[in-house]
Amino acid sequence: MMKAKTVDKIATAVIISVAAFIVILLAGLLGYILVRGLGHVSVDFLTSPPETISEGGGIGPQLFNSLFLLFLTMIITVPLGLGAGIYMSEYAKPGRVTDFIRLLVEVLSSFPSIVVGLFGLLVLVNMFGLGFSLFAGALALTVFNLPLMVRITEQGLKSVPREQKEAGLALGLSKWKTITSIMMPIAIPVILTGTILASGRVFGEAAALLFTAGMSSPRLDFSDWNPLSPFSPLNPFRPAETLAVHIWKINSEGLAPDAAEIAAGASAVLIITVLLFNLVARWLGRLIHRKFTASK
Amino acid sequence: MHEIGLSAKNLYVSYNDKPAVKNVSLDFASKQVTALIGPSGCGKSTFLRSLNRMNDTIPGAKVTGEIWIGDENINSPKTDVVSLRQKIGMVWQRPNPFHKSIYENIAFGPRYHGIKNKKKLDEIVEESLKKAALWNETKDRLHTSALALSGGQQQRLCIARSIAVKPSIILMDEPASALDPVSTAKIEELITELKQEYCIIIVTHNMQQAARISEKTAFFLMGDLVEYDSTDKMFTDPQKKQTSDYISGRFG
Repeated sequence: MMKAKTVDKIATAVIISVAAFIVILLAGLLGYILVRGLGHVSVDFLTSPPETISEGGGIGPQLFNSLFLLFLTMIITVPLGLGAGIYMSEYAKPGRVTDFIRLLVEVLSSFPSIVVGLFGLLVLVNMFGLGFSLFAGALALTVFNLPLMVRITEQGLKSVPREQKEAGLALGLSKWKTITSIMMPIAIPVILTGTILASGRVFGEAAALLFTAGMSSPRLDFSDWNPLSPFSPLNPFRPAETLAVHIWKINSEGLAPDAAEIAAGASAVLIITVLLFNLVARWLGRLIHRKFTASK
Repeated sequence: MHEIGLSAKNLYVSYNDKPAVKNVSLDFASKQVTALIGPSGCGKSTFLRSLNRMNDTIPGAKVTGEIWIGDENINSPKTDVVSLRQKIGMVWQRPNPFHKSIYENIAFGPRYHGIKNKKKLDEIVEESLKKAALWNETKDRLHTSALALSGGQQQRLCIARSIAVKPSIILMDEPASALDPVSTAKIEELITELKQEYCIIIVTHNMQQAARISEKTAFFLMGDLVEYDSTDKMFTDPQKKQTSDYISGRFG
């Protein structure tokens, strides 16, 4: 029989090597994308429109589309997700119905994104006549993002110590006031961090957008800020190719001679943006926690 | 004879049909401290939490019987629980100040109940902190986080928070059990001070504490009220064998 100490040493070594393997793999992947792509990234690349057949195209409209689509998706999902999460955490009575709702939410979040994209094409784009549009894309992304928001909100509220809630109620505060004024400030760092992390998923999504937001953009006129005009960047009913879709498209059918470099550069931008989301999420979560709790 | 502050009649509490408190009737005098003692799981905390309908918030909990404050049965479905809880303060085992400033912890309740005048709120904050013997320690840092206070200070802040909404009854669930002896002594002193105005019902595991601060003591065992009498009598001449066994430390 081996000594307990030897077993402990072996287990530690195995765990450390597994962790190291994962870290090296991820670092290698990230490094590969960044090294290949960063050389191509410049202010001009980030702001100019793409070229179809000649060299020197940028990703300006795509970057804008991705950010704007994220914004639209969040406008739809944050209020709905907060509402549903508060309901699930504080109002739903435990029982079969609640369990069933929770199951549906879980299933919704694990839908393959291509299925959601085709569903969006059939129902949103064709049946409801939205056409390829940012709005249809935002609704498709809502399918993934809403369950996440519900779960994040629910977890945020559940992580608030019970005594905090009871203290609010015992002072004669209504349930709603207790939730909004006592529990929410404690839950918000968790909810906010989760929301920004969920944004990363939305930002990088491609498959669900191919057939909803579409694979092309009109010639955007960045001096036209009337949301109703068809060439305005702010028009939510125009088709919009996002960054992730753009990467997929030029990789598979790009005609420009520098298509590979553009795809690499766009990938690097995408990854850096998601990385920024993560950093901002942490920083903001800490900041808000400090602000609400007035602690140092 | 003291006026009755709160009175429970045939109170029966169960969690998911498992009885936790069985048919307990108790009168609590105002301007007195009543201690609820008994081994863990005897139902004393459950009983206490029924008195401000806090068990309503626990799924599976069922409370039947009557709880009278004056001429109102507050355990009736018609009772406005929210306004009822304003009349009954509560203090928990672990200090649970809101994640807000010291000032906000106190002012939050009164402001919610309609006092918007800044000067009036300032007065309530000062008065409540003074009553809770915390004013001198906090008057220069009212707008700093309550979480930076020590455990004992936090617990006194929680007491100040509950008296700021002007209750007539204060429920305390082992308010000193998470504190060091010095803080405990301060809390006990405070309770003795507060009983001049409030009907205080306190759950405690500490026999000496019950003996020191309470006028009356109720002994619970497995959901039953075994004995209820003046604290002096309970500790010197209990009528039931179970009571004397518990108080003298033969079990529990």
